[in-house]
Amino acid sequence: MDYNLTKQQIALKKEFEHFFQEEMKKAPPEYWQSGQFETVYISDAGWEFYKYMKGRYAEKGWAALAWPIEYGGAGLTLMEQLLFDEAQSLYGAPRDIYGIRMFGQAVLVFATEEQRKRILPPIVSGEIQYCQGWSEPNAGSDLAALTTTAVRDGNEYVVNGQKTWTSGAHRSDKIFLLARTDPNSSRGEGLSVFNVDLKLPGIEIRPVHFMNGDHVFNEVYFTDVRVPASELIGGEENDGWRQTRATMNFERSLIAFFAGTRRRLDEFIEYVKTTKRDGRYLAENPIIRHKIAQLHVDIEVGRSLAYSTAFAELSGNMLFSAAAASESRVFGGELYQRVANVTTEIMGLYGQVESSRWAPLHGIASDGYQFNIGFNIGGGTSEIQRNIIAWIGLGMPRLKTVKTK
Amino acid sequence: MDLSFSSTQKLLRDSAAKFLSAECPYARVKEIEDSEQGYDPVIWAQMADLGWLGCALPEEYGGTASSFVDLIIIQEEIGRRLAPSPFFSTVVQCSELIRAGGSEEQKSELLNAIAEGRLIMSLAQYEPEASYLESGIKMQATPQGDQYILSGVKMFAMDANICGKLITAARVPDMGVTLFLVDADHPDISISKIPTIGKDNACEVILNNAAVPKSDVIGEVGDGWELLEKMNAKAAVAKAAEMVGGSKACVTMAGEYAKMREQYGVPIGGNQAIQHYLANMLVAYDTSYSYLYQVACMVDEGRDFALEASTLKACCNQNYKFISERAVQIHGAIGTTRECDISLFYRKAKACEYACGDTFLHLDNIADSLL
Repeated sequence: MDYNLTKQQIALKKEFEHFFQEEMKKAPPEYWQSGQFETVYISDAGWEFYKYMKGRYAEKGWAALAWPIEYGGAGLTLMEQLLFDEAQSLYGAPRDIYGIRMFGQAVLVFATEEQRKRILPPIVSGEIQYCQGWSEPNAGSDLAALTTTAVRDGNEYVVNGQKTWTSGAHRSDKIFLLARTDPNSSRGEGLSVFNVDLKLPGIEIRPVHFMNGDHVFNEVYFTDVRVPASELIGGEENDGWRQTRATMNFERSLIAFFAGTRRRLDEFIEYVKTTKRDGRYLAENPIIRHKIAQLHVDIEVGRSLAYSTAFAELSGNMLFSAAAASESRVFGGELYQRVANVTTEIMGLYGQVESSRWAPLHGIASDGYQFNIGFNIGGGTSEIQRNIIAWIGLGMPRLKTVKTK
Repeated sequence: MDLSFSSTQKLLRDSAAKFLSAECPYARVKEIEDSEQGYDPVIWAQMADLGWLGCALPEEYGGTASSFVDLIIIQEEIGRRLAPSPFFSTVVQCSELIRAGGSEEQKSELLNAIAEGRLIMSLAQYEPEASYLESGIKMQATPQGDQYILSGVKMFAMDANICGKLITAARVPDMGVTLFLVDADHPDISISKIPTIGKDNACEVILNNAAVPKSDVIGEVGDGWELLEKMNAKAAVAKAAEMVGGSKACVTMAGEYAKMREQYGVPIGGNQAIQHYLANMLVAYDTSYSYLYQVACMVDEGRDFALEASTLKACCNQNYKFISERAVQIHGAIGTTRECDISLFYRKAKACEYACGDTFLHLDNIADSLL
C-alpha cells in the first residue's frame, strides 16, 4: 500500500496549483460572493468569469484530463483528474459539473461513437454549457416516477412534460433530458436520455428563486418539443435508467467537496486569528479553537474517504461502488453544512450579514448557511444516500413500495 | 401548581393568532421583508389599537399593565407568523428601558407615544467589534456645557431606519456607560440598513460629533449598563418566545408536508427516517416551550431570572436552528426556495440566534454562574 503520488503527479499538482493561484486573482468580486458551485449562475460577472475559466482549462488541455484523447481529453487517469479537481476547489475556481463531470462521463460510457465525437469536444472546449433534466414536481427522491414523455414520430421524438430544480437552465445551451419513451412502462423500465438543445421551439424556462431571492434554479416546460432521433443517447430506447444511475455516481464522487471546505476553513482560520472581540483574538477562545479543530478532523478524514472512493473508481471500472459514492456525498454534504453553522456561529452578530461592505469574508458564511443546506437535498437527499449505503453497502433489505399506476 | 392559561390569556392568544394570520400571511411577510421600510405601518397601527404596544406599560402611561406572560404569548404568536415589525425594538427593548430608568417627564412623553403607535424606537447598543459585553461599549460621550457630544459607530441597531428616536449607549469619561435619547433626524447622525439573513432592519448608525442635551440622559449617568443588562435578560426571554412560536410552526408545517408529499407511492412521513426527525423536533419544541413559560412566570413573580434567561436563550438558539433546518430537509428542494414558507423560518432562526446574546454569550453566563 502506498499513499504517495508519483514524481510526475507531484509536478502536475504543483503546476495546477500555480495556475489556479494566478488565474483566480482575476476573479471579480461578484464571483467570490457566489462561489464555485451552482451559485455561479447568480451574477452576470460571476458567470462571465466561469466561461473565461472554462476557456483557460481548454487551452491548457486540462478540461477533461481522464477522457481519451480522441474526444478532446488528455488521456490521463482519474488520479490526475482528482488532483486537478482538488487544486481547483482549493483555490475556489469554477468547475463544469454538468458537462464534464456528469453528462460527458455518461456519453463516454453509453453513447454511440457518432455521438461521442459530436457531443464531447464542445463540452471540453467550453463552448456548450449543459444543465440536468431529471427532477420533476412529483419525482424528486423517487426519480423513476417521472412522467415527462418522449414519443417517437418519424425521425423525431415529441417531448411533453415539466422538469424542475434545473440549476442554470437560464444560462445553458443544452439539457440532458431523462424522459419516458415507453408510455406503458412503470418506474425505471421505459426511460431514455436525450441530448436536447434548449433553443428548440416549445421549451419554456421559468425561474425558481432561492430562499434569499437568488436565481439558480428553474422550471423547464416542454410542449410538443421535436427532438431529432439522433439525440437519443446510445441509440436504443429504454436504456436511460441504467445510464442515469451511473451518472448519479459520477456526480457523487466529489473530492471538490472536501477541498472546498478546506478552503473555507483556511479562510476562516485567518479570520479568527486577526479578529478581536472582548479584548482578545477569537483564536484565543478555547471553545472556538475546539470547534475549528473538530472541523479540521472532519475535513481530513473526509478527504481521505474521497481519495479511497476515487481509487475504487480507478482500480475497478467507471461503474464503481454506489455505496462508496453515497458515503462520500453524504459526509461531504453534511460537512459543508457544519462548516457554515460553525462559521456563522463564531462570527457572532456578523454571521448574519450578507455580501456588503460590512460582511467578513465576502458574506460567504451567511451565504453558506443558506446554500449549503442544498448539498443535503440536491443530487439525492442525505436520506436517500443513507438508504443506498444501507442497501448496497450493508446488504439491508429494501422495503417494498407501492407501485405507481 | 397550575400550568394552565387563564381564560383571558387564551383569548389573547386566539385573537393574536387570528389577527396576524389575517393581516400578515406569509406572502405578506415576504413583501414586507423585501421592502425598504421592513414593516407595515397599517399593521403597526392595528397593534396599537389592540393594546399590544402598551402591554408592558402601566396604565398611567397609556399601557394595559399586562403580565409578562401576556407579552410572551404575543411574542410567541409573532414568531409563529414571522410578522415583521418594530415590536421587539420598540416595545420589548426601548419602552422597558424608559419604564425602568426614565424620568417622569420622559415616561409620560415617550411611553404614551409608544403605546399609541406614534413613536418607533431603536436600541443602539452594539459596536463594530460586535461584543455583547459592557466592555464592548466604547463610544465616547464627552460633556460640553449642558450637552454631551457623541461620536462613533453603532452596529445592528434594529429598526433605526424607521425610528423616531434611538437609545444610544455611550461612555461618559470617569462615569461609565450611560444611555442617551437621540433623535433619528439629528443632523449629525447617518443610518444605513445592513443586508442580513433575516432580511430585517438591522442598521449601522454613525454619530459624528452629535450633540445631545443633558436632559436626554435616561436614568443616572453611569447607570446605563445596569439598565441594559436587566432589560436584555427580559428581552432574551421575549426573543425566546418568538423562537418557540417559530419552532412550533416548523414542526406543524413539516408534519403536514410529510403526510401529504408522496414518493415511491407512499407519503414520505411513512419512512422511519422522517418519523425520527419529526419525533426529535417535537421533543426539542416541547422542552423549549415548557421552559419558556416556567421562566416567564419567574419574571412575573419578581424573582431573579438571569441564569434561567441564559439557559432558555441558549436552548432556543440550538433548538430553533435544529428544528427549522430539519423542517427544510423534510420539505426537500422546495424547502430551499423563497416561494416555500418554511425557508422563512430557517433564515429567521439564524437572525434570532444573535438577538440579545448568541449561544457563546449565554453558555458563558451559565458557566460563570455555575463555576
